[in-house]
Amino acid sequence: MTDATLVKTPSQAREIWDQFRQHRGAMIGLGFLIFITLFVIVGPYLWDLDPTKSDIRNKNMRPFYIGMLFGEKWGWNHPLGSDNLGRDVLANLMYGGRISLAVGWTAMLLSLIIGTLVGVLAGYFKRLDGPLMRFTDLVLSLPLLPLLLVMMLLFRDALRAAFGPELGIFLLIVTGIGITSWMNTARIVRGDVLTIKEREYVLAARSIGAPSRRIITRHLLPNVLSPIMVSATLGLATAIITESALSFLGLGFPSDFPTWGKLLFDSVDRMESFPERVIWPGLAISLTVLAVNYIGDGLRDALDPRIRGR
Amino acid sequence: MKLKTILMGAVVGLAAAPAFAERGSDGHVNIIYWQAPSTMNPYLSGGTKDIEAASLTLEPLARYDQDGAMVPYLAESVPTVENGGVTEDLTQITWVIKEGLLWSDGSPVTANDVVFTYEYCTAEGGGCAQGAKFVGIESVTAADDRTVVVKFEYPMPNPYQPFVGHESPIIQAAQFANCLGANAPTCTDANFMPVGTGPFVVTDFRVNDVIQFVANANYRDPAKPAFATATLKGGGDAMAAGRAVMETGEFDYAWNLQLAPDVIEELAAGGKGEPISGFGTLVERIEINLTNPSPDLPEGERSTVAHPHPYLSDPAVREAMSIAIDRDLLVEVGYGQAGRATCNLVPAPALYASDNTACLTQDLDRAKALLDAGGYVDTNGDGVRETPDGQPMTILYQTSTNAVRQDFQALIKEWWEEIGLSVELRNIDASVYFGGDPGSPDTFQRFYADVEMYANNFPGTDPQAYLSAYKCDQIPSPDTQWQGENINRVCDPAYDAMITELGQTGELEARGALARAMNDYLTKDSNIIIPLVDRGRVSAKSNTLGGVVLNTWDSELWNAADWFRSE
Repeated sequence: MTDATLVKTPSQAREIWDQFRQHRGAMIGLGFLIFITLFVIVGPYLWDLDPTKSDIRNKNMRPFYIGMLFGEKWGWNHPLGSDNLGRDVLANLMYGGRISLAVGWTAMLLSLIIGTLVGVLAGYFKRLDGPLMRFTDLVLSLPLLPLLLVMMLLFRDALRAAFGPELGIFLLIVTGIGITSWMNTARIVRGDVLTIKEREYVLAARSIGAPSRRIITRHLLPNVLSPIMVSATLGLATAIITESALSFLGLGFPSDFPTWGKLLFDSVDRMESFPERVIWPGLAISLTVLAVNYIGDGLRDALDPRIRGR
Repeated sequence: MKLKTILMGAVVGLAAAPAFAERGSDGHVNIIYWQAPSTMNPYLSGGTKDIEAASLTLEPLARYDQDGAMVPYLAESVPTVENGGVTEDLTQITWVIKEGLLWSDGSPVTANDVVFTYEYCTAEGGGCAQGAKFVGIESVTAADDRTVVVKFEYPMPNPYQPFVGHESPIIQAAQFANCLGANAPTCTDANFMPVGTGPFVVTDFRVNDVIQFVANANYRDPAKPAFATATLKGGGDAMAAGRAVMETGEFDYAWNLQLAPDVIEELAAGGKGEPISGFGTLVERIEINLTNPSPDLPEGERSTVAHPHPYLSDPAVREAMSIAIDRDLLVEVGYGQAGRATCNLVPAPALYASDNTACLTQDLDRAKALLDAGGYVDTNGDGVRETPDGQPMTILYQTSTNAVRQDFQALIKEWWEEIGLSVELRNIDASVYFGGDPGSPDTFQRFYADVEMYANNFPGTDPQAYLSAYKCDQIPSPDTQWQGENINRVCDPAYDAMITELGQTGELEARGALARAMNDYLTKDSNIIIPLVDRGRVSAKSNTLGGVVLNTWDSELWNAADWFRSE
């Protein structure tokens, strides 16, 4: 993802890839991430049922494996079963995944960019340190839910008019989550930048007249990449979960707009009779988060020259 | 005295009963309330559980039956304008008590007891929980031993507030004489073991736990009650109560099972008992906004009468939307036993319920034809109809966050899209939606949406106040801080005139006719309100318990005297 900043020779990229491949967890994580991404992007073309279309005659169907084992009502028209209105669980998982992943990645990237920018600026330029970090403290003390509530009230109608209900809410949620979750990244990055900028090689670069922009991109950023990676993986998980919480409170997407979090919340009432409706979206969320965490772990090892090759 | 009653109950219970109708012949009955009663005096508690437990012992002059019609209990008959019991100017009502009525301690019931009941609830420093029942009373006097005259300060079209229904039963003057005003809570014996006229007498009262009863030896019908003793157990939760009746059979009757339909079905599969349902006035409905909620309008003019809705102000569109809905399917999905499809805003009592059933059959073809005839056609081929002046028919449909309501939204959206409307859903947290905060754009009164869904009902049996909500001066607007109950912003002088007439009509039949006309005006004739489901209450009874009639207008135990054991 961010290797572009440090890739200078093909051999270095090769070296990082070789190291990355050594990490089994990361390879499995990468495999799963590719799979889930294909599942939500290509899946709906292969399985083209409308996720919001109800089919009352075929409601409350069980997944094929339960149907086959225990002889309960099932059918290949709904391989993973259908919900209490007969909506297809598989199609809902695919469409829900599209939105959840899109929200997760976009919000994570947004918070990563803001957090890194603020962190690097505050750590590198002494004059900016005070104001920026106090600003970070200020944002940190803002409670997320009331803030989002106010944002919803203020901007919902305007965004709905400009972009339509779905894209409007998407932008609102992504921005909301993005601008309320960058503070930890900023603090970590600032701390690391403060130590790294006192290192001899930074001093050397400065003594030969390298401009700040070059020092930041060439020496600082690559070295704070590992904490950024870690907070990015955590950020993706928080973003997916925050979106679910918002949908549940009625502040998120409309109810006919499936997301993994909403599927989970909708199914909790009937968890005892239909555990699969909770297990599948729950599994999708946790496995995605786990996969991203492992990839982050593997990337950190691969990018660290001290670990690489050992 | 108490020992005597117990012994008598036991003797009666032991006597082998050859005939079906004999007091105490059917042994013991177990009742479970998952909220435990803490007093037997309804004047000191607003809790339904306490009032219903007390109804086994204390009785009013008249109460409501399962259809919401009045039945005389301690009174000889229900006084009306026609039989001279209520004066023409609606300011006085005269009740006559049945002859030969006895309290459970053997003393006669007199008009003085009724007068005392009024004094007890209105005594200084008393804090009577049923004070609302006695509002507007000028005096309550005893004309003779059996005649009570209630005078009102102003004309009362509905004079059946005091001494009617399980909330204002008659208490014995002798027992409560020293319990007036601030002394009321100190009379523990009287509050826990009141002397009554009902079918059962308390023998043991454990606060928030169990109450034991025996049959009242002086009950007015010598053949009743069929049970010699009764236990009312309180506490637990609705699930446990339902299980105790329907799965394990430990109890005979469980009160008010607020559970999901599939859960109740599962319990009923236990085979020891069955769920029974009764219906009141709670109606889940879609309210249509007759004004324009568009965000393009300046704040303060949005959703106000200044801008009529571009197409929902056309009755044909509203009718099409109403008949596109399959109400039976909604009931099946959302409420099961606890709901039934309805086309009425006032579904009960029978006197006020219109016979309007036209909307019950879903008819998508006629809905489409109605829209076509109105000139609403899809001119640009995007699958959504446009109004004759080119505005797409996009509907914003809001409700509170609730699993059943979201299921309803999904289904109704599908039907409306089938007839060529485009529907956008929104659900709002219930505390905000029903919160009434004038600063929030998301309240149901503010109605910044084209249609919205919620449920509402009216207390008691008289719909006058409920129907008055749709008067012109009840429209919520910025000038009224968005308060007001005329959610649809409907304004018709003819409707207002009917409300005024209702306020001056005392005769029950005429009141019924007027209320039905108003209900039809709002639903059948104009479809300003689209009623969906009449939501009821579900209780459970054992298979061996007979004579149970679930009543939502009065205590569920209202006819416990008629209960019997069937094999």
